[in-house]
Amino acid sequence: MSYQHAYRESDFVLRHLIDFDALCVEHGFEGVDLELANTLIDEAARLGAEVLAPLNVVGDREGVGMDTHGVVEAPGFAAAYRQFAEGGWQSLMVDERHGGQGLPNVLNAAVSEIWHAANLSLALCPMLTEGAIDAIAEHGDEALCARYLPHLASGEWTGTMNLTEPDAGSDLAAIKARAVPDTDGQGYRISGQKIFITWGDHRMTDNIVHLVLARLPDAPPGVKGISLFVVPKHRPETPGQDNGVRCLSVEHKLGIHASPTCVMAFDDAWGELVGEPHQGLAYMFTMMNHERQVVGLQGLAITERAYQQARLYAMERLQGTRRDGSRVPIIAHPDVRRMLMTMKSGLEAMRALVLEAAAERDRACGAHDAEGRAHHLARLELYTPIVKGWITEFAQELTSLAIQVHGGMGFVEETGVAQHYRDARILTIYEGTTGIQALDLVSRKLLADEGAGLESLFVEMDETLAALGRAEDETLAVLIGPFAEALSRARQACGWVLREAGADRQLAGAVSVELLMLLGYLCGGWMHARSALAAFRLLADGEGERAFLEAKLVTARFYCEHLLARTQGALTSVLAGATSLMALDAEQF
Amino acid sequence: MKVLVPVKRVIDYNVRVRVKSDHSDVDLANVKMAINPFCEIAVEAAVRLREDGKASEVVAVSVGPKVVQEQLRTALAMGADRAIWIETPETPETAGLGPLGIAQLLAALVREEQPGLVLLGKQSIDGDNNQTGQMLAGLLDYPQGTFVSGLELGDEEVEVVREIDGGLQTLALRLPAVVTTDLRLNTPRFIRAPDIMKARRKPIAHTAPEQLGVNPAPGPRTLAVHPPEPRAGGRRVESVGELVEHLRQAQVI
Repeated sequence: MSYQHAYRESDFVLRHLIDFDALCVEHGFEGVDLELANTLIDEAARLGAEVLAPLNVVGDREGVGMDTHGVVEAPGFAAAYRQFAEGGWQSLMVDERHGGQGLPNVLNAAVSEIWHAANLSLALCPMLTEGAIDAIAEHGDEALCARYLPHLASGEWTGTMNLTEPDAGSDLAAIKARAVPDTDGQGYRISGQKIFITWGDHRMTDNIVHLVLARLPDAPPGVKGISLFVVPKHRPETPGQDNGVRCLSVEHKLGIHASPTCVMAFDDAWGELVGEPHQGLAYMFTMMNHERQVVGLQGLAITERAYQQARLYAMERLQGTRRDGSRVPIIAHPDVRRMLMTMKSGLEAMRALVLEAAAERDRACGAHDAEGRAHHLARLELYTPIVKGWITEFAQELTSLAIQVHGGMGFVEETGVAQHYRDARILTIYEGTTGIQALDLVSRKLLADEGAGLESLFVEMDETLAALGRAEDETLAVLIGPFAEALSRARQACGWVLREAGADRQLAGAVSVELLMLLGYLCGGWMHARSALAAFRLLADGEGERAFLEAKLVTARFYCEHLLARTQGALTSVLAGATSLMALDAEQF
Repeated sequence: MKVLVPVKRVIDYNVRVRVKSDHSDVDLANVKMAINPFCEIAVEAAVRLREDGKASEVVAVSVGPKVVQEQLRTALAMGADRAIWIETPETPETAGLGPLGIAQLLAALVREEQPGLVLLGKQSIDGDNNQTGQMLAGLLDYPQGTFVSGLELGDEEVEVVREIDGGLQTLALRLPAVVTTDLRLNTPRFIRAPDIMKARRKPIAHTAPEQLGVNPAPGPRTLAVHPPEPRAGGRRVESVGELVEHLRQAQVI
């Protein structure tokens, strides 16, 4: 099934919600504007639709292979990746000093939606490279940057992230991989095994740059003793020569079949320390926080792909006969409408939130003073678990609905919509499960500042509510009630957790996912309210495409009336606390 | 040798075209626009000639209001060296320009720029006139090769393969010449992101019909635009006899 980027949607968000041109002027992106952004998006959309998207089903069916030289990627992937790399798409947001193009993060996010929607498995590879570039650029010294970044930015080499070990998953304190200074004093020797390494091996490029967490001989125990190393598949000065880095096997998975998930063995492999010793985990988190937002973006992308397929099927599939004998496409049936509206309104909320969160990084980096920087960084960090946790959970439901719209045909693999559902399943797991996101939200974002960061977000939502009221228009007025109630529920839930968490040690962990979902739906509602305001103003000024803008208003209404209702369920669950959840002994299960 | 490539801004071929409710025109408001696919092929051909060292400079040109700069930027991102924007207050059609008027403007520009080769798309996917290239050649009294699917540029001549009824025709044209491209000449490249950025810094020169000393001939007037009739539902007939009866009634046999 073909894929077309929803260019009107990304244009609407960038133009009216982000105010992209103003962001570029204010935060130092000289010569960048929406016209340039849309040109880049159009061209990426062409590459995505014509080259990456047709390979998606091929990758799902063929998967990846292994021989004595390591991983063999799915057919056609190497050529497609080369086109991606030669197009210069790897380095949109990389600093110009390192061979990149220095464009805003929010633009990179808008473009990346295309890669992930077109081919999630393939897009994971440049996504990991982007993370590696981030970590090296942020924490490596100049020599390290000069050695690796130009090759990574050009897409000539790819990057990976090696954290997980068989006994160290969410608990990275248990990492065992070792690093010892090399006898010649140049670098280190790394040994150990890593698992779940995405695109850990392939033949699409001449070299692969692994970022590896390992312990130095003098390392203190726990998370304070982990250092970050760059370990290339081949040492830059000896191309093609073995460096003791091997993929032992690849996993058989539910989805993303064309993305090799590798067991990696490092056997006395030469590597270089990134930054200072024992700071590895903190460094990895700069990379991880960005990756978490991108996984949220993947949730949006895969939902868009599934929605496009469901929408087409609903328009073409005829079931039922009208009185005049003509057949009825299933999109006429109210329950199919319910599913499509849930998908459409969910998608639009997701996209706006992903881009809004991505823009916070640009606002933070380009802030004019420390106060502004701190404000936008705090907001960025607050959004991260919501974008990652809520969007990827929601994507499970929405990709499932895309199958449901197809009825029995959806369950048949040849139809192709099942792949999106299977591919989406990893999103709530990797880069920190939903549970980890929710804990991050409650402990580091809510309890840590006693709710100050969230309250500043709620105050901005109050302002949007006031603006909806000031418009004195029926199409906007219908949003006010549900949105105000959802906001008040969020305040109630956060306040309750802040009051009660001290007394009950299990409470934060028990209610965190429901709280995260409540805040996710609320943020989605805020995005819809702002979209509706923008659409209303444009319609009043007689600007823009009428049918498109009117649909925005209706979609916002559907979201507020039907999806914000879920915040009540979440609140009820939060307020019930940990009691029944933790009451059974483990033996009683 | 300099190659001049006129390009046209048209509705993107992926967009479903709608007619304005007053039937005055096709609705262009907030519709995604793109470079005409045949023009894109012409730009690609010209850029390849320069990359192969057979052409020294590729100049893109477009006629229309300020927004046509977007399509000129696309041509620049594909590899054209510079661009010329011939400004008209509205789209050529709304400004009353037809293929002849456009050809007159281009002819004036050709006399100024003196390219060795003018490469155009064989037609635009909006008007589907398929006339501008031929008229331009006529006005300039240049040799013309139309519907070209093969192109070999020499110093004095250009050899073209034309797609004609019943086969292919190979012609050698004396330069300077006008060549219009068919679909099979090439597949336009994917544009590299850095080239899109670089295109922003390439120059777009501005001119206008008065500056070129042209008072373009008026084109056809659009009286009304109607969408095609939606397809009526079919119906099942019981017998061949009944089918023939229906066809007779519909006066198709």
